[in-house]
Amino acid sequence: MKLSRAEYKEIVKCTEHLRPTRQCMTILRQRFPNHSQSTLLSIFSLEYQKRTKRTMSRHQAPDSIESYYQRYLSEAKARPSFPVLLELANEVDLSPALMARIIVDRFLQDQEGSVYMTKIGAGARLAHSYIRFVLNNESQGTSLARREEARKRVGGGGCGQASKQVLNNMLREPSLIPDQALANHVYQCTINDCCYGPLVDCIKHAIGQEAEVLLRDKLKERNLSFLDENQLRTKGYDKTPDIILEVPIAVEGHIVHWIESKASFGDDHSHRTYLNEQFWSYWNRFGPGLVIYWHGFIGELDSQRDRGILLKDCFPSDIVTLCHGTSPATTDSLTG
Amino acid sequence: MLSCFWSAPQGNAVATFARLLPFWYAPNSKQQAECQTAPAQTRMAALLESLLQKEVEAIKAVEWLKHDGDSDSLAWCKPLKIERQEFVPFLLNFLREQSCSTLTHGPATPAKTPSHPRVSQPSQQGPGFSSEHRGDCRSTGPGTGPRSASRVQLFSSTPSLSPGAEWDTTQPPSGSHCLGGISALSSPSFSSARSPAPSSTSRHTPSERRSTQRASLGDFMPSPPELQHHHSLSLGVQQQPRGRRRSAGMGGQGRQGGGRGVFQTDEVGPGRSEGGGRKGRGGGANKMGDPAVSPPMAQMTTLVQLNLTNLEDFPPMGMSHASPALHTKPSRRINPTPVSAERPHSRPKTCFTSTPFSTRPSSPSPVPEAVTGAIEGSITGALNVGSPPLSLQEERELLKKVKCKRAQQGSPLPTSLDPCTPTKPGLRPVSGSKITPVTLGLNPDPSKVTLTSELDLLADLYCTCISENLVPNVFLELFFVLQLLTSRTPAVTEEEDKDLSMGTLDVLERGYLSKVHNCVYFSVRVLENQFELVSHLDKDTLRLLAENERVTCFSPSLRNRLTLAQDSSTAKVSPSVDTFIHSVPFQPATDNRSNFSSDKAFHTFKKQRDIFYEVLREWEDFHKEPRWEFEAELGSRVRGMVSQLNSTGNHSHFARLFLKQLVQMCKGPRALGSPGDTPDADLLGMLGADSLGRLKRLEERLIQPQGILGPCPPPAFPGHQEFFRDFLKTASCCQLNQHLKDSLCQQLLQLDEVSVLAPVVSSAEGDMEQQDEKQRFSSVLLLARLLAKFLGYISFLPYQTSERPSREIQEATANLRSKSMSVLDVCAVLRSCVRRRRTILTVPWLVEFLSMLDFTGPFLLCYRTVLGLLLSLYRRMVLSREGEVCYLNQLLMVAVLGWLFQIPVIPEELFFTTDFAVAVELEESQTNVQGLDCLPLVDQQLLYTCCPFLGEFRKLLAAFVAGSSARGGGLIRKITPTSAELRGTPTTTRSQQKLQVDLEQAFFHNQPPSLRRTVEFVAERVGSNCVKHMKVTLVCELVRGGERLLREGLISPGANPLILNDSICAQLCDGGQEALERATRFCSEKGPEAIRVLLPDETSPAVLTTSENITKRLATEKAYSWLSSNITALVKREWKTTFDRVMKSLPSPEASGVEGSGLVAKAGAGTAAVSQEQSRTPKRDMGKEEAVTSCPPDCPHSAPLPSDVLVEIKEVLSIAVGPRSEKEALTCLQLNALLGKVGDTLSCKKFSFPMPEQMLIRCTVLLACKLVSGELPMVSPQEECDRTVSPDPVLPDSPVQRVGCSIKVLLEQLILLWGRDCCSSAPLHLLFTEMTLSAVLMASDSQWDNFLFLVRQLVEREILGEEEVVSHWRKLSQLPWPTVIVCLKLETCLSPPHCVELEIGGAHCNNCSREFSQAKPDNC
Repeated sequence: MKLSRAEYKEIVKCTEHLRPTRQCMTILRQRFPNHSQSTLLSIFSLEYQKRTKRTMSRHQAPDSIESYYQRYLSEAKARPSFPVLLELANEVDLSPALMARIIVDRFLQDQEGSVYMTKIGAGARLAHSYIRFVLNNESQGTSLARREEARKRVGGGGCGQASKQVLNNMLREPSLIPDQALANHVYQCTINDCCYGPLVDCIKHAIGQEAEVLLRDKLKERNLSFLDENQLRTKGYDKTPDIILEVPIAVEGHIVHWIESKASFGDDHSHRTYLNEQFWSYWNRFGPGLVIYWHGFIGELDSQRDRGILLKDCFPSDIVTLCHGTSPATTDSLTG
Repeated sequence: MLSCFWSAPQGNAVATFARLLPFWYAPNSKQQAECQTAPAQTRMAALLESLLQKEVEAIKAVEWLKHDGDSDSLAWCKPLKIERQEFVPFLLNFLREQSCSTLTHGPATPAKTPSHPRVSQPSQQGPGFSSEHRGDCRSTGPGTGPRSASRVQLFSSTPSLSPGAEWDTTQPPSGSHCLGGISALSSPSFSSARSPAPSSTSRHTPSERRSTQRASLGDFMPSPPELQHHHSLSLGVQQQPRGRRRSAGMGGQGRQGGGRGVFQTDEVGPGRSEGGGRKGRGGGANKMGDPAVSPPMAQMTTLVQLNLTNLEDFPPMGMSHASPALHTKPSRRINPTPVSAERPHSRPKTCFTSTPFSTRPSSPSPVPEAVTGAIEGSITGALNVGSPPLSLQEERELLKKVKCKRAQQGSPLPTSLDPCTPTKPGLRPVSGSKITPVTLGLNPDPSKVTLTSELDLLADLYCTCISENLVPNVFLELFFVLQLLTSRTPAVTEEEDKDLSMGTLDVLERGYLSKVHNCVYFSVRVLENQFELVSHLDKDTLRLLAENERVTCFSPSLRNRLTLAQDSSTAKVSPSVDTFIHSVPFQPATDNRSNFSSDKAFHTFKKQRDIFYEVLREWEDFHKEPRWEFEAELGSRVRGMVSQLNSTGNHSHFARLFLKQLVQMCKGPRALGSPGDTPDADLLGMLGADSLGRLKRLEERLIQPQGILGPCPPPAFPGHQEFFRDFLKTASCCQLNQHLKDSLCQQLLQLDEVSVLAPVVSSAEGDMEQQDEKQRFSSVLLLARLLAKFLGYISFLPYQTSERPSREIQEATANLRSKSMSVLDVCAVLRSCVRRRRTILTVPWLVEFLSMLDFTGPFLLCYRTVLGLLLSLYRRMVLSREGEVCYLNQLLMVAVLGWLFQIPVIPEELFFTTDFAVAVELEESQTNVQGLDCLPLVDQQLLYTCCPFLGEFRKLLAAFVAGSSARGGGLIRKITPTSAELRGTPTTTRSQQKLQVDLEQAFFHNQPPSLRRTVEFVAERVGSNCVKHMKVTLVCELVRGGERLLREGLISPGANPLILNDSICAQLCDGGQEALERATRFCSEKGPEAIRVLLPDETSPAVLTTSENITKRLATEKAYSWLSSNITALVKREWKTTFDRVMKSLPSPEASGVEGSGLVAKAGAGTAAVSQEQSRTPKRDMGKEEAVTSCPPDCPHSAPLPSDVLVEIKEVLSIAVGPRSEKEALTCLQLNALLGKVGDTLSCKKFSFPMPEQMLIRCTVLLACKLVSGELPMVSPQEECDRTVSPDPVLPDSPVQRVGCSIKVLLEQLILLWGRDCCSSAPLHLLFTEMTLSAVLMASDSQWDNFLFLVRQLVEREILGEEEVVSHWRKLSQLPWPTVIVCLKLETCLSPPHCVELEIGGAHCNNCSREFSQAKPDNC
C-alpha cells in the first residue's frame, strides 16, 4: 500500500507511545482500519526499531541491567503469577523480548556462579554484542540468515559461543530455563513481543521468503525468465538482487532489469539505506530495476523512476515485454 | 610595431597594409619584423596595387597562386620576390581591413578626403609596445585552462590598443580583444589572465615578440571608455558618424610603464573582442559630430583625457593632421567600448570576429537594432534602457561575475550562454521587447555596387586562395564571406559613396568593401565561385541561404542553384535516440572474483564501482548549478577511491570500467550536448522518432540564434566528457593514467586497423550494405576521436600550463622531453595511414589527439613533424580537384585540419612559415592500394557530428533572418506547433514502439557482448540474403510469369505490346509487394536457425528465444526497408530486360488483350504456404523447480502462507500465556480451523522453508501444551453457539467437561498432524517439560485426562516411542516436585514391561489399576 508522507507521519505519530505488544497492535489497527495489518505492523516495527536503537545503550548499562534484574526478582517473588517481566519491559519501554534476554543473561551469571565467572563475563559481553548486531540489522526476513551467520561470527570463541548458544536456546525454548517462574515470564515476553524475539524473527524471515516465492511465481506465470540470487552468486556476481531478468521488461514505461523484493514498509530511513547499499549498486551493474515493497512505502520516495529505480507495492500489472508480433510470421512466442 | 609601419615614407598604402598584417603571419622576431616586414609589405602592396590597377592580368595572379612553381607565366612576379605564402595572409588581411567597417556597428567608413594627407608621423613606440598582447590572449586564465581560447587572427586588424597608462588609472583591465573575437569569446576568464603587469614590457622572449607583432596588427588606438562614456552622455547619440577616429596624439603618452598590459577593450567581455572595439568605435562615433563640445587639446595631452569625439584627436583615416604634437602616434579608429553606457540601445555584439549585423542608427533618433535585440543584445539593453546607465565600473563587475561563473562551470564554451554577450539570464527576456526594426536603407542594391571590376578581381584572388587551400581554414573564410553577406552598415551618404569609390584615392585605400552593396556583391561572387563547397552544407543552411533576400537580389541563379542543392543535401543534425542505459554491465567473465588477486581486491573494487557511480550521479545532478565545483564537491571522494585503488592494485579494472563508461556515455553524436540539453526528454520520447526531428528543429529555432561561436571553437569536453576529464584531473593518479593510456593506445590502434569493406556498388542491394559500412565507419571514427582526445588529454596533462611558457623554458622543456618516447608514434601512424590511404579514418582522430597538446608539445620533434605532415596533407587536400578521395571525405579532413590550425596551442607560424613544412614530405604509395580514402564513407551527418562548428553558418544566417524579418515582417516561417497527437498514430503506439526499442537495447545490456555481435551480424546477413533470395525467387517467378503473359498476349490479334508491357509491368509490381511478406517469412525462418547454431548450448531458453526474435525483427526490418523502397524498381528493371529480350525475339510485334492476372497471383501463392513453425520455449528447468517442492499432486498451492499461520498461532499463544482480557477466549471452531490451516500449510511446500516450518510445528506442540494445561481460555460449545448469534457475549464460567471434550477433538487433530511425515521432527519433548507438566498438574482433572489421552494416543500411533516417554518421565521424576509424588502408571499407553519401571518418586505401579488413570496430585 502506497502511503503519502502525511499519512505515514500520522501513523508514526500514533506509534510513538505504543509498546510492541499484541494489545498495542490492536489499538493501532483500530485507529487505522483502512490500512492493512502488515503495513501497520511493518511501520510500527521499523519505528520501534529506531526507538530501540536510540535507547538501547541506556538499557544495556550495567547498572540498568542490575536494577532491572533486582526489580524482576522482587516482583516475581511478590507476584509470581503476574506477568511481571512483561510489565517491567513495558514500563521502562524496552522490547519484552530484549528485556527477557537481558534478564536471562543476568540470571545465567548468577546461576553459573563463581566457577564460570570469567566465562560469564564473556557471555554477557556476547549478549550485548548480539543485541547490538540485531539492532543494526533491521529485522528483515531475508537478512535473517545473514544475521544468523554473523551471530556465529560474533560467538567466535569456544566458551563464549557455548554460553551464547545456551542463552539463545533458553529464549527460544524457555522450558530450558532452570527457574520455572523465570521460564514462564520469559515465555510471556517472547510470545507477546511483536517486534523482537525468535518467533517474530522467524515470521519476518518467512514473510521475506514467501514474498520472494510469490515474486518468482508471478514471473513464471508471465513467462518471464530470470536468474535468482543463488544462481547469480554461483556465477560470481559481487552484488545480487533477488531477481535478474534474463530478458528485460518495461514496467509502466520504465525498463526493468532486476527486481528486489522487500517484505517491509519502505520508509525514508530504510529506503535511503537500501538505495545506498543495494539499489544503486544494482543499477551500477545491471541498469534500471524495480523494487517491490510488499508492505507499502511512502509514495514520495518513488522519485527515481527516470533514473532507473522504480518502486511498487505489489507485482506490477502494467508489464510490457519484448514482443515480436510486428510481423505476421512472428507471433509472439514469448508468451506462448 | 606600429611606429615602424607608420614610419614608412609617403607609401601610404604600404603603411596601411603593413599595419594590417597580422603579426602571426609575420616572421618571428619582432625586430626583424620591424626591419623586414615593411619592405615585404611594400612589395605585396605593390603587387596588389598593380593587380587592381590592371597592370598585371588577374589571371596571371590566379595562376601564380595556383602553382607556386616557376612557370614562365609567373615571371612577372619574380622581381617582386613575393612568396605565395606571404601574399595570402596579406590578401586576407586586406579584405578584413576593407570590410571591418562594414562588419561592425562602428561609424560609417570614414570619408577619406584626399585633401587631408594621412598621418604619417612615426610613432616612437618602443619595442615593448603591446608586447604582451599576443601571449595574454593565448594564455587563458587559470580558471579555464589553456584550451579555452582559440584564435581567429584573421581579424586581428581591429583590436584596439590603447596606451595603457590612461587605462590603468581608470579601470581594471578585463577581457581581451587582441586576437579577434573568438579568443576572447571563448575564454571567459581572460581578465584574470591579463593582469596589469608592468614588468611585462621588459620581457622579450621570442614568443612575446611575436605577440608584439601580432598585436601591432590591430594596433589601433582605443580611447578611454570613461571618456567616451562621458561624451556619449553629454552629446547624445544623434550624430551621424563621420570618419574613423584616430586617437592620434596618444602615441606619445601611451607608453608609460605597465601600460601595455592593460590597454584594453576588455569591456567587451568574453563574448566578443574585436567587435567590442568596433562597437566602441560606434559608440564613440556618436559623439564625434560635434567638435565644439570636445575637450580642449590640452586635456588630452596631459594625460588620459583624450577626446574621442574630436576629429583632430581621432581623425578619420586618410586625414592628415595638422598638429604634430598630437600625432606622434598614428593610432586608429578602435576605441575601447564600454559595454553599454554609450550604446543606449543594445547593439549586437560581435560574434566571432566581426559582426555582420547591426549598424548604427542612421536616423537621428536612436533605433535599436533588431538583430541585436533578437539575438543577444539584451544585456546592454537591459542595462541601459529604462534605467540609468551603469557606470563602466559596474559593468566590469558584472562582466567579471559572468566570466567567473563561466569559468566555474568549467566548460569553456557554454552553449547555453550567449558567447558574445555576457548576459545575465534573467535579463534575457528583455531582449524580446527590444526587437525593433532595423533602420531602413540597409537593403543592398546591386545597382549601387561600385568598383565592380576590382571586386571581381579580389574575389577571384580570394577564391583561388580558398580553393587551393592556401588559407589556414577554409571554413573560416566561408564564415567571413557569410558575414559580409549579412553585414549591416548604415546607409552611406552619396558624398561618402563618391568619396569611397573615387578613383582619386590611392588604389589600395579605396573602400572596396566599405558599403554593404559591395560586400554583398563580393560575397555573392565568392559564394557562386565556391558553390560546390557551399552546396555541401546542411539543408537548413542552404535553405536559409536560398531564402536570403540579398542572394536573391544579387544572383537569382545562385538562389536557384541553392534551392536545387537543398534537395540533395542530407545533412541535418538529427538527434539520435538517447539510450537510457548508462552503466557498464557487470560481466562475470571479467568482473567476478576469479579476476582479482585477492578477496580484498575484489570487495574493494565492488565498493569502488559504487563510489564511481555515486560520484557520476552527483555530478549529473549538480554540475550545472552555480558555484558547484568538481574539486570541492567530489574531490575527496574521488581521491579516497583512487587511494584504495592504489592499495589494492585494481587500476586495470577501474581503467576498464572508466573507459567503458566513457564510451557508453560519450560515443554517440548525441553526447555532444550534455544530457540536460533536451529540456523535456520525456516529451520527446513520447512523440516518437519521427516527430523528434521536427520538435528538435523547433527547439533549435527557439534557442538557436543566441550563441554564434564562430567556426573555430577551442577544443572542449562537451556533455559528459567534462565529467571524465574532471575526474581524471581530480584523481591525478599516475598509475591510473598509465593504465588508461595503455588501454587507450591499444584500443585506438585497433580501431585504426578496422577494416571497412568497400561498398558493393554493382548489385542492387549495394545501397544497403554501403549504408551498413558507412555506419560502421562512422561509429569507429567517432569512437576513435573520443578515445584519442582522452589519450591526448592524459598524455599532455603533466605538461599543461595555463600560460604559454617563455621561449627559453619552452626550448629547455622541449629538449628535455625529446629524450623520452611519445605515447603514440604519431608520425608513424600518420605516414602509414597516408601510405595505405586510410587518412579519412586516422587524421580526424589524430587531430583530436593533437588538439590536446600543451604549449611545448608542438616543438617536440615528433609533433612538429606530424604537424608539418598534416599541413602538407591539408595543402594537398584541394577540394575542387577531383582526386580519388571522395569530396566529403576531403571536406571532413579539411574541416578538422583547419580547425586544428586555429587552436591556440598550435603555433601560429605553422601555417605560413616553411619551417614546418619543408622537412617533411609524405610518401605516397605507388601501389594501387584501395584504402578507405576512396570509399564514400563520410556523409553530411558524420561531417556535422565531427565538426559541429559548421552549424555556425546556419546560426549566422538565421540570426540575419531574425533581424531582417523583424523589419520586413515575415521571413521567419511560421512554426506549426507540434502536438503529441500529430499524424494519426496514437501516441501510445509510438511510445510503445520506443519502449520496445529500449527493451531490446536493455536486453543486450547484461548479456555478454558477443551475443549482441552475433545477433547483429546474423540479422545483417539474413536481411541481406533475404534481398538476394527475393531476387532469385520472387522476382524471377514474377518475370517468368510476366513473360508467359506477354507471349500469350502477343499471340492474340491486335495486341499492342506497349500497352501490354505497361499492364504486365503494373501487375508484376503489384506482385512484387508480396516480397515483403515473403521476406518476413524468410527472415523468421533463417534468422532463428542461424542464431540457434551460433549461440552456445547453455544459453537459456528465454535468452535464446529473445535473441531469435530480435534477429528476426532486425533482419526483417532490414529486408523490409530495402524491399519496400526498391522492389518495384527491381521488378521493373528485370521486367524491362525480359520484355526487351522477348520483343527482340519476336518477328513482328502483335498486340493482344491482356489477361491472366491470376497467373501472377498464382506465382506468389505457391510459396505462400511456408508454414511458420513456432519454436516453443522448451521449459527446461520447469520440471526441476517443481521437483524440489514435494507438494501433493494437484496441489493448488492455495494453502495459507506460513507467516500468516505463524502470526495466528502466535496470537493464540499470546492469549494463552497472557496477559489477556476477559473477553479474549477462543472457540473450538477457531482452533479447529487454525489447525486445519496448519495442516494445509505444512502439506503445501511451495512457500515452505525449513525454519518457518520448524517453528510452525513447534508452535503446534506449544499449542497442545496450552490445550492440555487448560491455559488457553476456551469458549464452551454452548457459548460457541451463542457466539454465533451474538458476536460479543459475556462469558460465564463454562462447564469444564464440555470444553474438555472438544479439546480432545483438537488433540486428535494435532496427533494426526504430528503423525504426518513432515512432522516427524516435532519437538514433542516439550509436552514433558516441567513447565507443561506442572501446568497440567495444577489444572483440573480433565486436563490431566486430556494429557494422558494425548500421550496415550501418541504412543499408540507410534508417534512417540515408549522409551522416549519413559525417559522423559524419568527426568521429570528427578525434579523436585513441590508436593506429593505423583505416581503414574500409564497402563493405557505403555506396554507391561515398561510399567514396572514407571515410578515417579517411588510410587509404585499397582498393576495398572484404573484409578491411576485418574490419579491426581493430592495437593495441587
